[in-house]
Amino acid sequence: MTRPRTIFALSSGRPPAGIAVVRISGPGAGAAGDALIGSRPPERRATAAELRDPGSGEVLDRALVLWLPGPGTATGEDLVELHLHGGRAVVDGVLQALAGVPGLRAAEPGEFTRRAFENGRIDLNEAEGLADLLAAETQGQRRAAMLAAGGALSRRVAEWQARLLALSARAEAQIDYADEDDVSPADTEGSVDELAALVAEMRRLLAQPPVERLRDGVRVVLAGPPNSGKSSLLNALSGREASIATPVPGTTRDVIEVPLSVRGVPLILIDTAGLREAEDAIEMFGVRKAHDAMEGADLVLWMGDGPPPTGEAALAVRSFSDLGATADGRLSVSARTGENLDRLLNLIVKEAEAVLPAPGEVALNRRQRDLIATLVLQIEAAGDARDPLIVADELRAALRLCDALTGRAGVEQMLDALFGRFCLGK
Amino acid sequence: MKTFDVIVVGGGHAGCEAAAAASRMGTRCALITFAGSDLGQMSCNPAIGGVGKGHLVREVDALDGLMGRAADRAAIHYRMLNRSKGKAVHGPRVQADRELYAAAVQTMVKAQGVCVIEGEVAALSITSGQATGVRLVGGDELIAGAVVLSTGTFLNGRMFRGEERTVGGRDGAAASRRLAEQILDLALPMARLKTGTPPRLDGRMIAWDRLALQPTDEDRWTMSPMSNGRVPQVSCAVTRTSARTHDVIRRASALSPLKSGDIIGAGPRYCPSIEDKVERFGDRDGHQIFLEPEGLRTTTVYPNGLSTSLPTASQEEMVRSIAGLERARIVMPGYAVEYDHVDPGALDRRLALRALPGLFMAGQINGTTGYEEAAAQGLAAGLNAAAHALGREPIIFERESSYLGVMIDDLTLQGVSDPYRMLTARAEYRLRLRADNAETRLAKLGDAAGCLSAERIAHRTRRNERMSAAAAHLGERDRRGALLSDGTAADGEIRSRADWMRFPAIAPAVLRNIPETLVGPEMDELLEDAIYAPYLERQDDEVRRVMADRQVLLSPDLDYSRVGGLSNEMIEKLSATRPETLEQATRIRGITPAALSAILVTARRRAA
Repeated sequence: MTRPRTIFALSSGRPPAGIAVVRISGPGAGAAGDALIGSRPPERRATAAELRDPGSGEVLDRALVLWLPGPGTATGEDLVELHLHGGRAVVDGVLQALAGVPGLRAAEPGEFTRRAFENGRIDLNEAEGLADLLAAETQGQRRAAMLAAGGALSRRVAEWQARLLALSARAEAQIDYADEDDVSPADTEGSVDELAALVAEMRRLLAQPPVERLRDGVRVVLAGPPNSGKSSLLNALSGREASIATPVPGTTRDVIEVPLSVRGVPLILIDTAGLREAEDAIEMFGVRKAHDAMEGADLVLWMGDGPPPTGEAALAVRSFSDLGATADGRLSVSARTGENLDRLLNLIVKEAEAVLPAPGEVALNRRQRDLIATLVLQIEAAGDARDPLIVADELRAALRLCDALTGRAGVEQMLDALFGRFCLGK
Repeated sequence: MKTFDVIVVGGGHAGCEAAAAASRMGTRCALITFAGSDLGQMSCNPAIGGVGKGHLVREVDALDGLMGRAADRAAIHYRMLNRSKGKAVHGPRVQADRELYAAAVQTMVKAQGVCVIEGEVAALSITSGQATGVRLVGGDELIAGAVVLSTGTFLNGRMFRGEERTVGGRDGAAASRRLAEQILDLALPMARLKTGTPPRLDGRMIAWDRLALQPTDEDRWTMSPMSNGRVPQVSCAVTRTSARTHDVIRRASALSPLKSGDIIGAGPRYCPSIEDKVERFGDRDGHQIFLEPEGLRTTTVYPNGLSTSLPTASQEEMVRSIAGLERARIVMPGYAVEYDHVDPGALDRRLALRALPGLFMAGQINGTTGYEEAAAQGLAAGLNAAAHALGREPIIFERESSYLGVMIDDLTLQGVSDPYRMLTARAEYRLRLRADNAETRLAKLGDAAGCLSAERIAHRTRRNERMSAAAAHLGERDRRGALLSDGTAADGEIRSRADWMRFPAIAPAVLRNIPETLVGPEMDELLEDAIYAPYLERQDDEVRRVMADRQVLLSPDLDYSRVGGLSNEMIEKLSATRPETLEQATRIRGITPAALSAILVTARRRAA
């Protein structure tokens, strides 16, 4: 038996909530709506209706219902939206009722977006942006995701593509119209400069901090010798008992991660085992993981007396200021009294912002970074080549890479660019 | 009532190749033309070949077609275009004597066993939804298993010159109106195109001594390896339009049918009329004009680049404003032709009409321009019409092995928006598709089709032997120091001679070491392969990727309106062109990756 094409899922947050939105998408969406409501509401108009379990006839909720026939919908398919009262029992009841409708099945994670992509409603970059937007927890994440979902990267790539097409058209004209004076070698002068300019722009974008940091949080690692107050500080910063803090050295043996949003900046605070000659196998493992965490850190809060062990961005912090330890140029904070915690947070945020994409700037994910890095190599190859055939070939390969980024273009477009630009006579 | 296997209607470049190809396949083939003397006429410029076009001629020749050998018998000027660039884009081109060319074609068509019938086709015979022959004016019925239509611009042709209008293409075209009506009745998708010619000049009044001459190439290359010997050679000349020429054109342009809105068909993007050039590129002070002699026994000269439909008086004034042409006389004024063509999206990759089994189409009727494009389609249609009549497997040209494959795929998948001309820019595997390796590329296809003559097979056998010897020589491994004999014998690097060709410092030494007996086109071909080897490998990877998409077959009755998420435009395009595989669908313009994934999902579901 084939898998049902029509899918449903709770599209809003977990109940209980004020309102819960259940979406049904696919060829059977309308019929599924009918099964619950009895009659289909007018197209594209919010209508109040009683929802009943098609099996028992029991009333499940009085809800707002939207009937949106495809393809002009978010998923590109027929779509029904049920705006329910957001209680757990109501939502569970409706989802169970839908599961009982023949030809329907529960959606897989991301399946609505996937359908929107498959049905040509959004391109790959927009799909990725949308996924980020749905997962956004901070304002910065939301802004970056909005940019991607709105096609900011796609537009940038389209602009590169247009410039590459023009260069490619010149290179092709040199080959196909060699015999005609309408294309002179002068037309290719400046091509090398233009290629270099493109490479520089792409490199600038690559130098932008990656979007993963924005999505996953800036990694702030608390490190130092045993009993230097790392766990206490972590708990104080996060405002909860996430890590066990005791006066016994070597209490923290694993790496503990606490996600935190401070002034809109996503952070992951990471508590680590104290660095010392470990006494048992478990602690030794913990110390090794602490070193790994420091290597992967965007910022290390170093709590030892000496200089931090590696040359990475580190903030020297001295804890237990309330116990009367002497100041020595390090920021002195107290987990117990809260002394200087605010200053420390300010410093952390300032450092974190430097590793995050600037607001309003396109941020790249790994797939996009890899493709653009390859594109840079490809364009450099075109710039280095002397054989006009190879130049043309490398430019074609570069255009195909742009396609992979957004998925468009072809030979015909190149020909359009070619004929629009040159006067060609046979 | 006469019975044939294949009937070809129209004796232009497409028709002659189609008839000859069908005949070589062993079928009884009739070619119907108004007059036997029409066969092989060059109605436009007297050149054959060029960049892209020359590739097509070599491919036609590799399958034993007529065009390459006929061009050699008539060539009065040889020029290898792009000689300074890689061989993949070398463009062999000749100027051909019109009389000699037509005579060569006529001789060869008859020698290949084609039955040439002078007459006019009144109607196509259609029996239970299949094309089964033709009826001639006068009542003769001809029966055949397949019919090839290669009738050029006869569908609704109109000629324009200034304010003059003539109905019909060439003389007598009016008579084929009944056949045209029948084609129009098939309700195929049609579109209108335009093309034009320059005025023909009397060469005796041209001041050749004041112009830059372009002599024929000195190295004695030929279009076909089967040719030898050359007829006497002449020179071409180059001149330019002047500011005064452009003034004449601007003043007269109100009288041009292009401007009055009478011509609605799209003209070729690459071969604009001189009126178009002056308007679109008003800042240029001149445009190059090639003066091409039309033959040894005629004084007529073809001014390439001066296509126009201005009134005759303006054409004279325009010509005389050009350096060297001050006293030139127009023998025949230029004109524009507008005509209907069938949207080639209605054809499959055999060039057979999907709507009427047994009917094939080739040449300008499919929206192409150029003798070479026509001849190449004629060859493909002729081979497949014969295969159809004989009940044999279709003969399909692929993009990765021939320009013919590129062209047919472009035509049947993308359709045309302006007259289609072959360009190397259209071939994504350009580095593989060289004019000098057409025989290698098409060897398998030629054998499978069985369209090669005994002489060609003998030539192939000799060639294969020389190829093997050359390959063996290049396959041997040399030490860098040994090749350079520069005392660096201790340099341990060892590579095959072919590999060394990629190193500019060492390649000359490899070339010097080639024994005299192995020097020749076969060795040249392998050396070029060696130089571009890394790039060819990259293209091989792409071919493999494409092959995977080609495994996904799309059923001919797939209902695209039921594939989720396709726009109406995509549904229309896919339903009209009917890609046979997912790989073809990837190349249809306007079909997005998202749409492709939806098509893939549908295809998989149907297969399951």
